Amino acid sequence: MIPRIYIPGDSGALALGAEKVAKAIASELAERGIEAKIVRNGSRGAYFLEPMVEVATANGRIAYGPVKPSDVKSLFDGGFLTGGHHKRWLGAPDKIPFLAKQTRLTFARCGITDPLSLESYKKHGGLNGLTNALGLTPAAIVAQVTESGLRGRGGAGFPTGIKWKTVLDTAGDRKYIVCNADEGDSGTFADRMIMEGDPFVLIEGMTIAGIATGATKGFVYVRSEYPHAVAAMNKAVEIARKAGVLGASVLGSPYAFDMEIRVGAGAYVCGEETALLDSLEGKRGMVRAKPPLPAHKGLFGKPTVINNVISLASVPVIMDKGAAFYKDFGMGRSRGTIPIQIAGNVKYAGLFEAAFGMTLGEIVDEIGGGTSTGRPVKAVQVGGPLGAYFPRALFDTPFDYEAFAAKDGLIGHAGIVVFDDTADMLKQARFAMEFCAIESCGKCTPCRIGSTRGVETIDKLAAGIEPEKNLALVTDLCNTMKFGSLCALGGFTPYPVMSSITHFPDDFKPAPVRVAAE
Amino acid sequence: MTMQPASTEITSRTAAIIHELKGLEGPLLPILHGIQEEFGHVPKDALPVIAEALNISRAEVHGVVSFYHDYRSHPAGRHVLKLCQAESCQSMGSDAIAAKLQQLLGIGLHETTRDGSVTLEPVYCLGLCACSPAAMLDGQVIGRLDDEKLDEIVAEVRS
Repeated sequence: MIPRIYIPGDSGALALGAEKVAKAIASELAERGIEAKIVRNGSRGAYFLEPMVEVATANGRIAYGPVKPSDVKSLFDGGFLTGGHHKRWLGAPDKIPFLAKQTRLTFARCGITDPLSLESYKKHGGLNGLTNALGLTPAAIVAQVTESGLRGRGGAGFPTGIKWKTVLDTAGDRKYIVCNADEGDSGTFADRMIMEGDPFVLIEGMTIAGIATGATKGFVYVRSEYPHAVAAMNKAVEIARKAGVLGASVLGSPYAFDMEIRVGAGAYVCGEETALLDSLEGKRGMVRAKPPLPAHKGLFGKPTVINNVISLASVPVIMDKGAAFYKDFGMGRSRGTIPIQIAGNVKYAGLFEAAFGMTLGEIVDEIGGGTSTGRPVKAVQVGGPLGAYFPRALFDTPFDYEAFAAKDGLIGHAGIVVFDDTADMLKQARFAMEFCAIESCGKCTPCRIGSTRGVETIDKLAAGIEPEKNLALVTDLCNTMKFGSLCALGGFTPYPVMSSITHFPDDFKPAPVRVAAE
Repeated sequence: MTMQPASTEITSRTAAIIHELKGLEGPLLPILHGIQEEFGHVPKDALPVIAEALNISRAEVHGVVSFYHDYRSHPAGRHVLKLCQAESCQSMGSDAIAAKLQQLLGIGLHETTRDGSVTLEPVYCLGLCACSPAAMLDGQVIGRLDDEKLDEIVAEVRS
């Protein structure tokens, strides 16, 4: 048997030097005259171990990491093709604690299979969900997705099945499935990982959505900052089309479904669903007033399902193993698993898929291992630039949509950014306003003007100008933005601002006091 | 400096791109991406050609081009360095990285060096948050930026 070597082609692994490692391994193989197959898999998500190289041995896979190009020669000398010992030896990848503790449903294949091999996909359970769906009526598929309790993983947490039912029940000569892959939140990379590491699962999920709702065309709107994901999706769609997964007859059934990959142009607000639809139509990415709902009048005015990547990529496992299986994981009204992305100043950064319900403290301290700088954790921002900053005092909050809302926060797209005690929360609050000002689509006044006034007022606070009056003004402004904005950009910017003010009041005290305290 | 193509040439190359993509549903963004890839920016002279082909006003085309951060009105430097300035990278010192890089290159964010070698741009998240601070140089991703990596980047853009 020809040895198989897995070297991730995932952007995160590439950013840490995976390409150089792949080249070094290829040239070492050539030099030694060894024939081997190099597979460019996705990442398993343990980025602190990337580039993580795996070899398939008689006793299963053995991982090594983080591998540097300078390690390659000694890896071969140590017999790594048969799992030989080396200082980078990690053993069986599924026994690595960070990976062993996870519940991988949506990311079951990510980092394990060859992302662009449909054979490899099928061998690991791929297309089982679609095959099952083809044996059901559209209404039965929708019922199963509803029953699973799956909620929108983009951040809003709206039940996916209800959205699908609305589209199914709406008459239309043409319907669309739109996948929101405009993953702009800092601290999130789950969409990117799945598109690069297991693109067929998204194609399968979208195809099931099409069959369930009567839609025949799908679009994936990927942000331009993700060139590797765009390339992987384009190749995967091509392969799926050739294999008859997509096209006039999905897997030989009477259903037609095809899809296209579209690239954004660097506007954060296009992650908002209606702005995304306008952008796809070739307009400025301006937020639409609702109603009408996209499910009634969406893309080009037609009934449209618009779901996040992870929502759609979770559908195949639900259709494969059943609603009850999926629903069994989680807590309260948050069912199933959630890929938590642990990022920023944290020792063990990466993607951790788990059932809802772990506490924030468990995630940051136990899984994440605290800060990478070794200093105390001061704050964690959960849910991207529009998410609240949580202090240690709230670390007992369970990861659940409602529990976070009860603490004036949100789980959003499940990104967690850790900050150590050097963070200046006034600066973070100012950045939240500044980011909103840069990215506002400009349609509604609270967001467009409020964000700029917010930056100015926080600057006055920093300069110690009438602190009490200006603090009251920021609070009032946040209230106006929260309740007066058309979408989540202006409406949620108050979360990081107000949480900073509420939980870290010392950082907002007048400048002389702050300097003296440091 | 490279010569700017003459306006008739812009018109004909733009028309060819439009011809290829016009059949798509909602073709404007793909067309603009195609034009930017062709010319390195979206030339003003391309706008009326697009407007006419898609039967929309020039103002609408201008409105779309100016809305999105990606579309450039002028050519960028030979290299484009996008430096992430979002929260995850902030938590790992991206402010200091940005300051150092601006000093090394002698330009601010959104600027191009006088010799046209590099354009420095802020970007709000590259999805490399598990290896912050991060950057992208001509489409190549770079994680865990430190002084050594900054020196390598500067050497590469100057070569």
